[in-house]
Amino acid sequence: MVALQAPQGRLMPAILDARGLNKNFGAVTAASDVNAAIEKDSVVGLIGTNGAGKTTFINMITGYLKPDRGAIHYEGRDITRLAPRDITRLGICRSFQIPQLYSSLSVRENMLVALGVVLRNAGLGGFFSRREPLVPGYEAPVEEVAERILERFGLTPYRDRNAQVLPGGVRKLLDIALTMAAKPRVLLLDEPTSGVSAEEKFGIMEMVMKAVKAEGATVLFVEHDMEVVSRFAERVLAFYDGRIIADAAPEAALNDPEVKRYVVGALRA
Amino acid sequence: MTRDRIPLVLLAIFLVVALAGLWTPPWALFILTIAFAKGLVALGLMLFLRAGLVSFGQALYYCAGAYAAGALGRYLGVSDIFLMMAAGAAVAGLLGFILGFLLAKYRGIFFGLLSLALSMILYGLLVKNEALGSTDGFNIRPSTLFGVRPDLEWLRYLVALSAAAVALGAAALVHRYLGTPLGRLAPAIKDNEIRVEYMGASARHAIHVKYVIAAVLAGIGGALAATTVGHIDPDMAYWTTSGEFIFMAILAGTGSVVAPFAGALIFAVIHTTAYDLSPNTWQMFLGTSLLLLIVFLPEGLWSLFRRRRAG
Repeated sequence: MVALQAPQGRLMPAILDARGLNKNFGAVTAASDVNAAIEKDSVVGLIGTNGAGKTTFINMITGYLKPDRGAIHYEGRDITRLAPRDITRLGICRSFQIPQLYSSLSVRENMLVALGVVLRNAGLGGFFSRREPLVPGYEAPVEEVAERILERFGLTPYRDRNAQVLPGGVRKLLDIALTMAAKPRVLLLDEPTSGVSAEEKFGIMEMVMKAVKAEGATVLFVEHDMEVVSRFAERVLAFYDGRIIADAAPEAALNDPEVKRYVVGALRA
Repeated sequence: MTRDRIPLVLLAIFLVVALAGLWTPPWALFILTIAFAKGLVALGLMLFLRAGLVSFGQALYYCAGAYAAGALGRYLGVSDIFLMMAAGAAVAGLLGFILGFLLAKYRGIFFGLLSLALSMILYGLLVKNEALGSTDGFNIRPSTLFGVRPDLEWLRYLVALSAAAVALGAAALVHRYLGTPLGRLAPAIKDNEIRVEYMGASARHAIHVKYVIAAVLAGIGGALAATTVGHIDPDMAYWTTSGEFIFMAILAGTGSVVAPFAGALIFAVIHTTAYDLSPNTWQMFLGTSLLLLIVFLPEGLWSLFRRRRAG
């Protein structure tokens, strides 16, 4: 396992380690020798213009895309070729840029399905199981846990509303809440505040970070809003043309000349 | 939390069949038994519909179950109705388990047409098989119950009662399955398979399980129909038979495990009445009924109950 030098000088174990990732789509290079070791319990912001390789990086970690070359290790275990569901079962969960919900179900039913999968993956909730098994990690019945998570994410007022008719910000929150139901150890958020009004952005991030702190997860989030990045990220990976051009604390990364030219400036433009 | 009434409803239906059956004429008991047999197949289809899939080939398992039951009588001299249903379930379940590895990969029209193709392969094999009676099929001896052959006047009643017990018991088990996390995945798979996979569940595995359950139910239904009618032939695997099952499933809707049996009974009544009134154009009545249903009750007859409850 890779060890990283923390700001205070102590060694931090890397929970996630990507080495030499390359990914091409025909003539387009989406990832070119991407290297990143993510320390446990850190909050990392991924920035870059559209097509810079941020989402490709997340897609490779979560198994949606397989790198052409390179490897990804999670707690020392090679997860490069695993299927998305197997990666999720290990504790790496993701939310999506466009919220992926069960649109014909209510908010509460969405959460019950998510918790049902948590039960199944824990070997509980099968045909011959007792009627009301306790959700591992929460030690409470499914219905109760669902209400608790909905409340944590401010979704209780929407619990009986159909997911299809929710406002944009609420859809985002539900998508993240579904991801958090499994108590992930690594949480990947793909543009958690995109398509959300400026007033809602910080509210969503505050709520998510509060939940993450309570659960103790490592977070990687893709973001275009530099204010959000400065406020919530402890470390920034700046992507440009499939490469990481800066890997530093937010202030240093956002003041890097290359980042200013290719990322911050381009995003403002 | 609302109380689950379905087990009580199923028990009530069984008691009604048990009591009313004593005064019901044999022809009506015959229709009722066939409705239970076909309702079992429609119950399996309901599992698919909830997951957004339609099988155009469920007659494959209906026919396999019927031939398994028939072969048991023909080659081993077994005529016990429960053993025949068990044989139908086992053969159809095994076949469903094997073919499920292939079918569970497909969605939409590919799932439907592949299932249709498989049922037509069985039809073709049976038509060419002289040992199993080719297009004529073969007759099955009257059923026995636990080694006893009842008088003819009691036979219809006891077969109907056995059919009700098995069909409603199966419905209770399916109802329980629908309440498990795996059963609850169906609408989620229909809505968003990507999210299902990123939750850590396998949509393919969930569909495979549904496929095997539906195959077992259809196998039991086929065996039951075979012993009730007393004759089996390759038409049981023909695509029009699969079409009838889809008709029943759409007629019923996916709201409850009771619905497929209601759908099968209504189908039997429409079919019998239409055939009686117009032997040469009875299909027209069925087609018109389906058309009206799709226009006015797209979610099936069971949606009437839901609307009433919501109201």
